[in-house]
Amino acid sequence: MTDSEIRELVLRELCNIAPEIDPAQIDSTINLRDQVDLDSMNVLDLMVAIHDATGVEIPEADYPKILTIEDFVRYLRPRINNK
Amino acid sequence: MPSLGADIETGTLVQWLVKPGDRINRGDIIAVVETEKGAIEIEVFQSGTVQSFAVQEGDKVPVGATLALIATDGETPAPPVREPVPVVPAPSSLRPAAALPTAPAPAAPPAAPAAKPASAAATAHLRISPLAMRVALELGIDPATVKGTGPGGAITRFDVEAAAKGKAAAAPPPPPPIATPSPTPTPAAKEIRPAMMAADKQAAMRRAIAAAMARSKREIPHYYLGTQIDMSRAIAWLREENLRRSINDRLLYSAMLLKSVALTLREFPELNGFWVDGAFKPGDGIHVGVAISLRLGGLVAPAIHDADKKSLSEIMVSLRGLVKRVRAGVLRSSEIADATITVTSLGEQGIESVFGVIYPPQVALVGFGKIVERPWAEGGMIGARPIIMASLSGDHRASDGHRGGLFLAALDRLLQNPEKL
Repeated sequence: MTDSEIRELVLRELCNIAPEIDPAQIDSTINLRDQVDLDSMNVLDLMVAIHDATGVEIPEADYPKILTIEDFVRYLRPRINNK
Repeated sequence: MPSLGADIETGTLVQWLVKPGDRINRGDIIAVVETEKGAIEIEVFQSGTVQSFAVQEGDKVPVGATLALIATDGETPAPPVREPVPVVPAPSSLRPAAALPTAPAPAAPPAAPAAKPASAAATAHLRISPLAMRVALELGIDPATVKGTGPGGAITRFDVEAAAKGKAAAAPPPPPPIATPSPTPTPAAKEIRPAMMAADKQAAMRRAIAAAMARSKREIPHYYLGTQIDMSRAIAWLREENLRRSINDRLLYSAMLLKSVALTLREFPELNGFWVDGAFKPGDGIHVGVAISLRLGGLVAPAIHDADKKSLSEIMVSLRGLVKRVRAGVLRSSEIADATITVTSLGEQGIESVFGVIYPPQVALVGFGKIVERPWAEGGMIGARPIIMASLSGDHRASDGHRGGLFLAALDRLLQNPEKL
């Protein structure tokens, strides 16, 4: 998966969870929780959706490392491509 | 038509899922009703055989009205007696009084709708929901010209919207100057319609919430209590537990909060139930309503049934199911109606404490703020701990602050022993 494919995947799943957002308005370098109203159930749903799409299971302990879309790309890239 | 919660008085039957002669079991979903709070699947409360329908698809019916006649087991089917159906005349209904079943014609028919389509007579036998009718009036579409794709050929709002689109496409291009006549509506026009629909729905939900909350504050003498609870043990236990679970089975701390409230309520029955006709009526189980806010505004509080008897995993499954169904706009009648207490957890993002308004006829509401790290003294030592503020709004007619305080203390004790959950 290329970086832009990962970026697209995360944005798409995010829009499924928060249909009111405009993906064009999301800054991929800013904390998602500062841009989108997400509670812990939404975050869990996002992680499950990403797991279902990529096979990568993100442990809770790693959540603090993944705050922005770019963080997702950096985190997922090696894990997807090493599968 | 079962009670669908204190703030819903009528609903529109949009679809029958059974037909006369069908065998049904208690708990089966037999119909879908549309309300201010979205579509609700109606579960039947007795087993038997469907004899006849008293209400047709598209009818607006009040809570308590007969929806269908069911012959219970062992009962010889009686000749179908048609009871007068209290069909509520929808404000925009074009159904002539003569089309009503045996019910007496209303003394004063509702005021004629402002925009009356030309072929009003033809609409007499149309199957169209009030919602679709309202949309038709808004968009200036004559329902008689719309082809219904709903059950039994019923016209849905989607059919009306599709017809409106087709009409716009077929309409002659607006007067000049036009360089390139476009056969499709402009993107702006396309966007306005769904927005109107959503705004309509939201306004209806706002009214429903307004009615229930005004009643609560008018009738219920609330008392409010709050206490801080150290969550370090609960969170450490949860972290450990989640390491062992796959992502699909992971628990959220909200599940622990719900379970701990449910278990604690066993010792405080006076907080679990309803205030009806001047007296407290205990709940028939501990059905915890979970306040779930909708992304576009408004909220619903469907119930997790027998939450005290469910494992944390089962509560988590119920919770995820509820959130999904709330988002999809389809809840079940038992979920929406019979919560015996409500839990609201507004915290997470912003606030540290919430003192909620009781959802009548319930008699208590438990609130949780967000977990914050705070200095905490215990055993003569100060340390940083994750702290949550738990609150109780109680109905002073049903319980006293003293018992409410004991409830919060017991809740705190339970959360210090998370392995007991």
